[in-house]
Amino acid sequence: MIRVQNLVKSFGNFTAVNDVSFDVAAGEIFAFLGPNGAGKTTTIKMLTTLLRPNSGAIELDGLNPETHQNEARKRFGIVFQDPSLDGELSAWENMEIHGVLYHVPGKIRHKRAEELLKIFELWERRNDQVKKFSGGMKRRLEIARGFLHTPRILFLDEPTLGLDPQSRNQLWSHVKKVNESERVTVFLTTHYMDEADRVAHRVGIIDHGKLVTVGTPKAIKEQTGTESLEEAFLALTGSTIRDESAGSADQMRQFARMWSGGRR
Amino acid sequence: MSAIYILWLRELKRYTRSRVQLVASLGQPMLYLLVLGFGLGPVFKRAGNGSYLQFVAPGVIGMTILFSSVFSGLGLLWDRQFGFLKETLVAPVSRLQIMIGRTLGGATVAILQGLLVAVICFLAGFRPVNLALAPLAIVFMVLIAIVFAALGVAIGSSLQDMQGFQLIMNFLVLPIYFLSGALFPLDGLGKILSLVTSLDPLSYGVDGMRAVLLNLTHFGAAIDVIVLAIVGSILLVIGAWRFSKIEI
Ligand SMILES: Nc1ncnc2c1ncn2[C@@H]1O[C@H](COP(=O)(O)OP(=O)(O)O)[C@@H](O)[C@H]1O
Ligand SMILES: [Mg+2]
Repeated sequence: MIRVQNLVKSFGNFTAVNDVSFDVAAGEIFAFLGPNGAGKTTTIKMLTTLLRPNSGAIELDGLNPETHQNEARKRFGIVFQDPSLDGELSAWENMEIHGVLYHVPGKIRHKRAEELLKIFELWERRNDQVKKFSGGMKRRLEIARGFLHTPRILFLDEPTLGLDPQSRNQLWSHVKKVNESERVTVFLTTHYMDEADRVAHRVGIIDHGKLVTVGTPKAIKEQTGTESLEEAFLALTGSTIRDESAGSADQMRQFARMWSGGRR
Repeated sequence: MSAIYILWLRELKRYTRSRVQLVASLGQPMLYLLVLGFGLGPVFKRAGNGSYLQFVAPGVIGMTILFSSVFSGLGLLWDRQFGFLKETLVAPVSRLQIMIGRTLGGATVAILQGLLVAVICFLAGFRPVNLALAPLAIVFMVLIAIVFAALGVAIGSSLQDMQGFQLIMNFLVLPIYFLSGALFPLDGLGKILSLVTSLDPLSYGVDGMRAVLLNLTHFGAAIDVIVLAIVGSILLVIGAWRFSKIEI
């Protein structure tokens, strides 16, 4: 369903995604894990037509998102890592716009919007402007909106960031439901290893833009000789803390080098 | 089609919802109208040009539409900052439709503002010479709005963040306003100034409004319509092209 071959993306002379290849089968739940700044979001942006790769090939359901943008966009839905709501509009209006943009017929759209807003406990507040919502509520709305239409592939970029355990639970049971009943392929990222261990059929671990390993959680644990996915993750990516903006830090370093005239 | 409609509607909702912005955006044209209209009135009359209020009213309406439509086009930068732009860019709708929805929405808001200012002008004492022709002024308001909403989208698609916003306002939009003949007659200008003013699309918009409201024209109403339609089409194409190239 998703096929990525030798994908490369650089910003200036910083390579955020470096020669990454993997496949995700139809109906699979695939977790893409990695420390901050590893290149997960950048990969998702290339898969979802928001960024053009420098080189490499992508196929979504057999389509190249670069040349068949619209056809590719019909295949997927996405919950972004960063906010993407219109704060001036109400929760209901945000759902409406999404439903119309994704061609969900009126009746179905309203029925599903109601169901989803109820599941994620936003129904009472549906007519309030989103800018008045708390961070957690906004996040829940983004997720509810992501489920409004039923795509073939669902991208979830750190969907549980800032969610309480109740909402997290709702989210994952919903993900499992659409995966099982409608065979939606799911591509997700998260920093909670136990979540990945629980929901994902297979896991890919990326670090510094390079894919370190791909396999079932069980296989990865066996491969590293560890008990939990979290230990396996640390064994594979080391325990140093990552700077989210390694790119700009690199630029600063380069800048500093330029100023010191190469004396260092 | 429904995608264009919903994005158009969104622009209208955002406009009508922020009352503060609505009132604030009328303040500036009123200032120009009252200060210049009444302040410069005597000088203008002494120079034998008739009532300055009459003369400047179409210019102030044109200014309102210019600012409002560029502003809404640059609203892209807000949507980029607050993230909503992503949501529209990954939807299974062609970027052309998204761009058209946004541009028409911005243009509609600008036209509404222009009409509001027209009413204010009327209350301040502005009187069209031929009431039957007055509705034709709306044709020019629409053309001005589309030209500059498209320009706003073209620029907004090319900028990465909001830092460029002030720059555009100060070094592009204000000169377009001041060099358009909104505030002074275009007849009898020096060579350079008359060249510059004839390159400014707003000149034709304001001239067209004066033609139908005051029976007073420099280029002629037909030329005004043709120039605005051509410039508008070119800017729409450029805007659509720049918009289709956006990466986030
Ligand atoms: N538009 C950009 N310009 C420059 N650097 C960027 C840009 N987007 C991302 N990066 C850099 O690319 C790297 C990978 O980022 P990202 O894909 O967001 O990581 P992740 O989602 O895995 O945390 C980071 O170092 C980030 O700073
Ligand atoms: Mg990320």
